[in-house]
Amino acid sequence: MIKLSNIHKSFDSQTVLNGLNLDIPAGEITAIIGPSGEGKSVLIKHMIGLLRPDSGSVEVEGENILTVRRSQLNHIREKFGMLFQNAALFDSMNVFENVAFPLQEKTKLSRDEISTRVFSALENVGLKNVEKKFPDELSGGMKKRVALARALLLNPKIILFDEPTTGLDPIIKRAIHQLIKETHAKFGFTAVIVSHEIPEIFDIAQNVAMLYKGEILQYGPAEEIMNSTHPVVKQFISGSLDGPIQLV
Amino acid sequence: MSALVQSIGHSTLGFVRELGRMGWFLIYSLYVTARRPGSPLYILKQLKFIGAKSLFVIFLTAAFTGMVLGLQGYYTLRKFGSEGMLGTAVALSLIRELGPVLTALMVTGRAGSAITAEIGIMRITEQIDAMETMALDPFKYLITPKLIAAMIALPLLCSIFDVVGIYGGWLVGVKLLGVNPGAYFYEMEKAVLWQDVYSGILKSFSFGVIIAWISCYKGFFAGHGAEGVSKATTESVVLTSVLVLVWDYFLTSVLL
Repeated sequence: MIKLSNIHKSFDSQTVLNGLNLDIPAGEITAIIGPSGEGKSVLIKHMIGLLRPDSGSVEVEGENILTVRRSQLNHIREKFGMLFQNAALFDSMNVFENVAFPLQEKTKLSRDEISTRVFSALENVGLKNVEKKFPDELSGGMKKRVALARALLLNPKIILFDEPTTGLDPIIKRAIHQLIKETHAKFGFTAVIVSHEIPEIFDIAQNVAMLYKGEILQYGPAEEIMNSTHPVVKQFISGSLDGPIQLV
Repeated sequence: MSALVQSIGHSTLGFVRELGRMGWFLIYSLYVTARRPGSPLYILKQLKFIGAKSLFVIFLTAAFTGMVLGLQGYYTLRKFGSEGMLGTAVALSLIRELGPVLTALMVTGRAGSAITAEIGIMRITEQIDAMETMALDPFKYLITPKLIAAMIALPLLCSIFDVVGIYGGWLVGVKLLGVNPGAYFYEMEKAVLWQDVYSGILKSFSFGVIIAWISCYKGFFAGHGAEGVSKATTESVVLTSVLVLVWDYFLTSVLL
């Protein structure tokens, strides 16, 4: 579905991705885990062409998104939905306008049809009576749910989640995980989740990839990674201070 | 020594790259404006922000500029016994030069800085990225409406500036200093040609393009965090103001 081959990416003199290879299977949930600052968000942004690698290739359903024209890239992006780390809601629009925006711009639906779909999408993520609120009037969890409703609205084939539960309380966290699991079961999209939520993420994802020092250190079924004997993976999952991963 | 040469080379390359990126930004913005200018609603919203909301500051600046011109012009012209030419001096200074330039500088300070800050915040909070992931071109929604609105608003504001400024000069020259009111307007009508008016309008149109271009560009490529946006806003105001003055010189030398 999404294939990243030999990706190199540096910012100034700092190498972030160093010959990374990753193959995301269709219709499954793949989680990307790894220490903070290892480039997980950078990696996920490469999948949708928000960042371009210094070298390497990114293929989505067999098409190299780095060599296509802009119009073709937009066509490929129509297959995607993305939930950003900080929700990335348009702050000059209220909740209704935020969720309706892609529908207004990408479809020819009538006002009433758009309205029905927006209300239904908000209800699906457990939100009611918030349509007129602006993003700065919402809590972190509500923002993420609005962003999720917006990402799901056009029924994308692939959804990228960049730390969907960071900074949320345990109940909202569980609710969002449950929501991802349920919507995935309902719509069957391909999902890539960047997450620090361990061990919860192993309950949601079918596959887990561990990113370390710019490469995928280990990649496989969630259970296999959960029981990995690799010292780096083992230390990261257990959260131990002793091991090859150094804090500084 | 080699470190110095390396540093100069690095800075030069950075400067050339920045110029190229700015040029590309302008060309692509004009291309998108010509191909798919975006919803009229977005353009109207920007017209209100750039144009209507600048009216007060334009009125104020124009009135006092005209009044100062009336005052200075009167004392200079009186030395030659030509007080009757005051209307001509005020009108030509405003229509050909001060109207377009001061309007552009005022709009840069009021609207240009706000445009950079708005787009910069959208950049650092990933709102522009979100738009791109929806396969929507941010130029169509963020840049084009501002560019079109600035191209329309600046000539209109400049015209208002000219009229208010002329009456400011009239207030001081005629009402306070006793210049003949008939001479003030008659001499002005005789001396001001349509070509002067056109050149002022053309200038303010091109200043509109410069304001929207630089303000949007600086916001679109703002650096990280609040500091990045603040730096972008400052750079935007300084660069726009300098470019307006430089471009004014070139345009004047061509139009004269």
